Amino acid sequence: MEFIAKPLQRFLNLTTKNVNIKIDEMKTNTGFIKNLELSIGKVTTDNWTEPMGPTPMPSLTALRDWDMKLLTKYKPFYMPDCDLCCLCTYGKCDLTAGKRGACGLDIAAQSSRIVLLACSIGAATHTGHARHVVDHLIEKYGRKHPIDVGGLNVKVEAPVTRLVTGIKPETLGDLEEVLEYCEMQITHLLSVAHTGQEGNNLDFESKAFHAGRIDQVGMEVADIAQISTLNFPKADPEAPLIKMGIGSVDTSKPVIMCIGHNVVPSVGIIDYMKESKLDDKMEVVGLCCTAFDNTRYYNRAKIVGPISWQLRFIRGGFADVVVLDEQCVRTDAFDEARKVRAPVIAASEKNCMGFKNRTNDPADEIVADLVSGKVLGVLILDPEKVGEVAVKVAKQIAPIRKKMNNLPTIDEIKSLAKTCRQCNLCQRSCPQDLQIPAALKAAAEGNLAPLTDLYEECIGCGRCEEACPVKLQIHSFIVKAGEKFMLEESNLCRAGRGAVQDVEIRNVGSPIVLGEIPGILAVVGCANYPHGGKDVYDICREFASRRFIVVTSGCSAMSAGSYKNEEGKTLYEEFSGGFEAGGVLNVGSCVANAHIAGAAIKVANIFAKRNLRGNYEEIADYIHNRVGAVGLAWGAYSQKAASIASGFWSLGVPVLVGPHGSKYRRMLLGREDKPEDWEVYDARTGNKVNVGPSPEHLFQTVETPQEAMVSIAKLCIRPNDTWKGRSIKLSHYVDLHKRHYGCMPLDLHLFVRTMADVPMTMKDEFTKILEAHDWKETVIPDPTLLPRMIRKMKE
Amino acid sequence: MSCEPWQCAEIAATKKANPIQKPEIVVAMIKKASRPILIVGSNATERWMEGKQLIEYLIDFAKASKVPVVATAHMVGEFIKRGYQPAGFMSAMDIGNRLVDPEWQGIDGKGHPDLVLLIGLPYYMEALILSGLKHFAPDLKTMTLDNMYHAHASWSFPNATLEEWAANLKVITSKFEGGQ
Repeated sequence: MEFIAKPLQRFLNLTTKNVNIKIDEMKTNTGFIKNLELSIGKVTTDNWTEPMGPTPMPSLTALRDWDMKLLTKYKPFYMPDCDLCCLCTYGKCDLTAGKRGACGLDIAAQSSRIVLLACSIGAATHTGHARHVVDHLIEKYGRKHPIDVGGLNVKVEAPVTRLVTGIKPETLGDLEEVLEYCEMQITHLLSVAHTGQEGNNLDFESKAFHAGRIDQVGMEVADIAQISTLNFPKADPEAPLIKMGIGSVDTSKPVIMCIGHNVVPSVGIIDYMKESKLDDKMEVVGLCCTAFDNTRYYNRAKIVGPISWQLRFIRGGFADVVVLDEQCVRTDAFDEARKVRAPVIAASEKNCMGFKNRTNDPADEIVADLVSGKVLGVLILDPEKVGEVAVKVAKQIAPIRKKMNNLPTIDEIKSLAKTCRQCNLCQRSCPQDLQIPAALKAAAEGNLAPLTDLYEECIGCGRCEEACPVKLQIHSFIVKAGEKFMLEESNLCRAGRGAVQDVEIRNVGSPIVLGEIPGILAVVGCANYPHGGKDVYDICREFASRRFIVVTSGCSAMSAGSYKNEEGKTLYEEFSGGFEAGGVLNVGSCVANAHIAGAAIKVANIFAKRNLRGNYEEIADYIHNRVGAVGLAWGAYSQKAASIASGFWSLGVPVLVGPHGSKYRRMLLGREDKPEDWEVYDARTGNKVNVGPSPEHLFQTVETPQEAMVSIAKLCIRPNDTWKGRSIKLSHYVDLHKRHYGCMPLDLHLFVRTMADVPMTMKDEFTKILEAHDWKETVIPDPTLLPRMIRKMKE
Repeated sequence: MSCEPWQCAEIAATKKANPIQKPEIVVAMIKKASRPILIVGSNATERWMEGKQLIEYLIDFAKASKVPVVATAHMVGEFIKRGYQPAGFMSAMDIGNRLVDPEWQGIDGKGHPDLVLLIGLPYYMEALILSGLKHFAPDLKTMTLDNMYHAHASWSFPNATLEEWAANLKVITSKFEGGQ
């Protein structure tokens, strides 16, 4: 390497395995070299001409300065769940109120360490998922299989990967290098949480952001690999409408229920079913993201509900075979399934359930064992064998099981409820604090209405049953009391469309950045809702009606489609599936969340023509200051939700969580009462300009749907808004504030830069407020947090 | 009445709230404080006692005690609807975050609160905010007026029935000049 002239060393790109040497031009005594690229360890076929940015494949600290800029504006507010640290044998250490543990750590650093752990677990889970999918698909389709997520409509096929790693993947094989990078980073990130490593809370936070960046890459790799090979909808605004809800399932047929997030075993099931010409004679249904990806692969598959409804569907006896893959699967799913005599197939190395590995046994032998009841569960790590076994078992066992369920009769509930001691332990164990004792008392007196009322709010965790000293099956009581609603659940959800088209970005890039489309609302994540899924529907409908772009994914996308308007239409029928004002588009499963970040990144790239390649800081700065996007994870519960949120924080996109999200124990909050926190550079002049709290927070818990709606409207405000855009955004903020808070906002003076920002119909009200605050006009800057983006002042 | 956290799993507190054995303790604490505030969460309209919503008890209390109210979530509108203007409103996280800043000068800008009363937030949110205050504002006195024991507060009522809760709130209100 010594022979490379120093100026050329900047082209040197080192990865774990490979040394890449790229020489654009070099004159020597013996000749002239042009466009030489030499790779040791891998043949490079990089046709991407975009220049490499400053941070390809960033290390743990490569983007630390950017992270610290955000963390200075949005300081962590910690709410420790526990006063202790129990992670090493020096402990337990009491860290209460400033005490340090045996290793020297204080509670702020410990709290941020927990955040880092959560985000690293999430990133590892998505990346592990991606690794499994990519390895499997390479085995099946080959390394040279092209990446295609939208044909000619999507030329920027992997915006997150391009941005973070500097790689433009063209084939499945290209994704391996991307994953190697992610895996290396996750290993480093986890090591940071070891005792006696990082000790500063903001450095832990920066690394949690890095975990979020890696997570987004992992998610993108998983989804573009499966879209490219499995014939999923390709950036299709008119992806098919899928039947959803147990009421849409023909339970007279054998039913295979797939639970989890990884589509690979389900593909085996669907393929075998089709090959055997049984697709008209069986039902394949799913819970959580596997359900989404099943329906992207096979539009006659059905979604039965979010991940939190596992207990109700297993106990309801609908499934003749339960197939478990990975992530968010109840670890007692087998115990529950055996009670309804439904055989279980575990299909993931990550979730073996204690079953014997039967991967190498003949399929018919496994089928015989499961149907006869000789064994109740098996581990099969060959997806095609999973398919054959699941289909054959379902067919044979359905007539034997006869949809045996584990729900009590109404008379049994009334009788058993009489044994309730009214000890309140069920309510005290319920995350929702549901008034179960009162409902049981009423049931004992013959009135099941209060139990029925709990059906919608119950999140299906079953903690009430674990707490009950007389072992009442309280969750089953609730499900039985609400059975009528459950059986009537029949809705439509749009199949996950995947990416956003480049042309859609071109159409909306300008109105988004100028503020004329008032915002992009991404309603994502799990189903740990405080009062059922209706809130998700209401929020989505409110903002779609206001001509925001509403993007959904995961369990939230299901909840959004689970209610109907006055004309009997679900959201996905009422609104278009396009990335446009008033569109409601479901991108797909958890891993499809990368397309939401991807859309924001593509606004910077396609509309604003900023380079993506390894250019994270500049693009994040652009998004933070110009793209009025907000994430809402109303029912977030998981570590994956934490890492997904973290990826958005790192891009400067604010994320709201519902009340249970407070249990993530750390918020990133701005202080609108501190004007010094809200200065940006005007890239045109280099002057510092106060742009107000736009956006005010990076991570915030909201307590009620009303608060969520007001916060969403406000958090879409960005420094770059034109006066017209700002006026539109303020009118939504004020309108929602008045409706839900009964008064004008108190902070309007912080968002008005010129009188032209004031909505026409609200001039009088605004004028009074502005006068009261001694408001002064200011400029609309070309906003940036990065001094290097300042252009020279004009003479 | 039990001094165990209302939600069974919320046990990880080494420094636990003093139990409020009688409502007069609340009154004494408020009278002793120079700058108390009352944070009211969204359950103020969800909880009913003796045919009245919690928010109505709190309006009576606030009017009698003159303790300034900070309404969280959309509760400001609920107060206004009932003819009471709270001193301020902001999200629960925002008020928690301001309270851990020793330089914050309160809702009125005249000084940092020295006693924080909380009521009506979802139990787990209130527990977390109280934990944040315990760890990062150790000089601040915190007190929950809920009928559920909160280990992370400085002072908390033990778990109590709705009837006991209503009685406690009425006694507290009655001990102030305006509540008689």
